[in-house]
Amino acid sequence: MDILFENVSHIYQKNTPFEFKALEEVSFHIPAGSFAAIIGHTGSGKSTLIQHFNGLLKPTSGHIRMGDFNITAEKKVKDIMDLRKRVGVVFQYPEHQLFEETVEKDIQFGPKNFGLSQDKIDSRLPEVLKSVNLPEGLLSRSPFDLSGGQMRRVAIAGVLMMSPDLLVLDEPTAGLDPRGQKEMMDMFSRVHKETQRTTILVTHSMEDALKYADYVFIMNHGKLVMEGTPLEVFQKEEALNQVGLAVPEVIKFLHAFESRFGQSIPFKGQSIQELAKEMTEIVRRGVKDE
Amino acid sequence: MSNSVIIGQYVPGQSLVHRLDPRLKMIMVFLFIIFIFLANSWMSYLVLTLFALLSVVTTRIAPSFVIKGLKPVWFLIIFTFILHLIVTKEGDILFSIWNFDVYSGALWKGLEISLRFFLLILMTTLLTLTTTPISITDAIESLFQPLKRIRFPVHELALMMSISLRFIPTLMQETDKISKAQASRGVDFRTGTIKERLKAVVPLLVPLFVSAFKRAEELAMAMEARGYKGGEGRTKFRELKLKPMDVWIFILFIIVLITFWILRT
Ligand SMILES: Nc1ncnc2c1ncn2[C@@H]1O[C@H](COP(=O)(O)OP(=O)(O)OP(=O)(O)O)[C@@H](O)[C@H]1O
Ligand SMILES: [Mg+2]
Repeated sequence: MDILFENVSHIYQKNTPFEFKALEEVSFHIPAGSFAAIIGHTGSGKSTLIQHFNGLLKPTSGHIRMGDFNITAEKKVKDIMDLRKRVGVVFQYPEHQLFEETVEKDIQFGPKNFGLSQDKIDSRLPEVLKSVNLPEGLLSRSPFDLSGGQMRRVAIAGVLMMSPDLLVLDEPTAGLDPRGQKEMMDMFSRVHKETQRTTILVTHSMEDALKYADYVFIMNHGKLVMEGTPLEVFQKEEALNQVGLAVPEVIKFLHAFESRFGQSIPFKGQSIQELAKEMTEIVRRGVKDE
Repeated sequence: MSNSVIIGQYVPGQSLVHRLDPRLKMIMVFLFIIFIFLANSWMSYLVLTLFALLSVVTTRIAPSFVIKGLKPVWFLIIFTFILHLIVTKEGDILFSIWNFDVYSGALWKGLEISLRFFLLILMTTLLTLTTTPISITDAIESLFQPLKRIRFPVHELALMMSISLRFIPTLMQETDKISKAQASRGVDFRTGTIKERLKAVVPLLVPLFVSAFKRAEELAMAMEARGYKGGEGRTKFRELKLKPMDVWIFILFIIVLITFWILRT
């Protein structure tokens, strides 16, 4: 799904003393099929931004195009149900939305609301369960008996069932253990690669953005302050520090290496082993010169 | 979140009214309300209205915001006014519309009742606009202290009140969050028959209750872990102390009331 934002602003509780400008003149374009990451300090407006993707919030001013759908302040969104069917949103702590008696019913809740046939639901279920790594034995359990990580998988399964054109993830790994985090991110990455569906990831983790995204947006105080490929953006250490963000560890390390040995190694997504090799190379050469 | 109803919504500020001791503020509003019902002449109403308007100005809250906040009660005020025009038949006939006579007594009575209503709502709104809910609770606990003698659970009630007040915004945020999450899953809260809409509430209420119970449990645990064991021998973090300014304002208020009393007929 092609996404286009033009000068989008959002003001909470407009015309009251509590008025708050959460988004200010945000413009960007995300081409269909890409994996974009949105990064920003806490309170920078990331969640506000993504709630515009499926029409939960409307811009106070500006214009949004989501595929064929238009969202503006003045007009009611046509076929909003259709838009929500095509845009799957996994919210921060999605496990809070579970309510059905069994896991199975909860996973089917969204698809049924959007009018998916029972046949289709049944045929998709095993595949979706496999991709979120949930054993089928859990289907008849109450969602409230599961662990936090399992509950989150259930919520995500409900979204994947719809096989949406756009998958929006708001900090999907918050509060999981490191292994769970990696599994979850690898899962989203796999789903993205397999289906080429547009994916937008909101995250605090520079590492994840560097590893999975092919385009990065940096937000600060409701404004879009930087954008580009992860390699471009993460080179600008000072600018990132100014908005309260740090660069990924690898790049920090390479910068430290440069100031110590006076030799720069441009980062092109090398693995640890490859980088180690390049470094030994440089250090060895340096020793010979002396 | 609803933007139009501001009764019970605190607007932060540093004005004289904001800083006034909450106990005095509550007593003043209470007395003011009683006096509204004792007013019986144009002049006495004038004194009360002027005082109310002066209070609005002193809060430094935009009057348009206060007026907007009264929106839900405007209807009631206008409704009582019209009701009086129709029902009351005293005094001379002023004019008639569609064979319907409007009496002068009705006009005067209608205005009077509407004005009373307006002043009453205005002053209570001002109280909640300029006082944090927690200060109101503190004030109630302090004012009801004497009732402890007759074993009235003042502290427990105040605690219950402050906990509920503390969690109202949280609950509202939670409602907002969950209803958005369910709307993304295709729940339609806005259209459909009554039965369908009632059904749409279940996915909202269940998670809301689950999280409220969880919160209550966590809160109880946290309180116990910090050694809470009732009000006995407990000192206060926010102590209420009368400042000279409070006393001066209260004296001014009494003078207003005396003026009012003199102007009554
Ligand atoms: N319903 C609301 N009413 C008023 N202000 C709000 C509302 N929702 C969010 N805000 C404010 O808007 C700002 C941006 O919030 P948002 O949730 O978009 O931040 P975020 O970037 O997602 O932060 P986090 O990383 O903590 O999730 C915050 O300062 C927040 O206080
Ligand atoms: Mg957020």
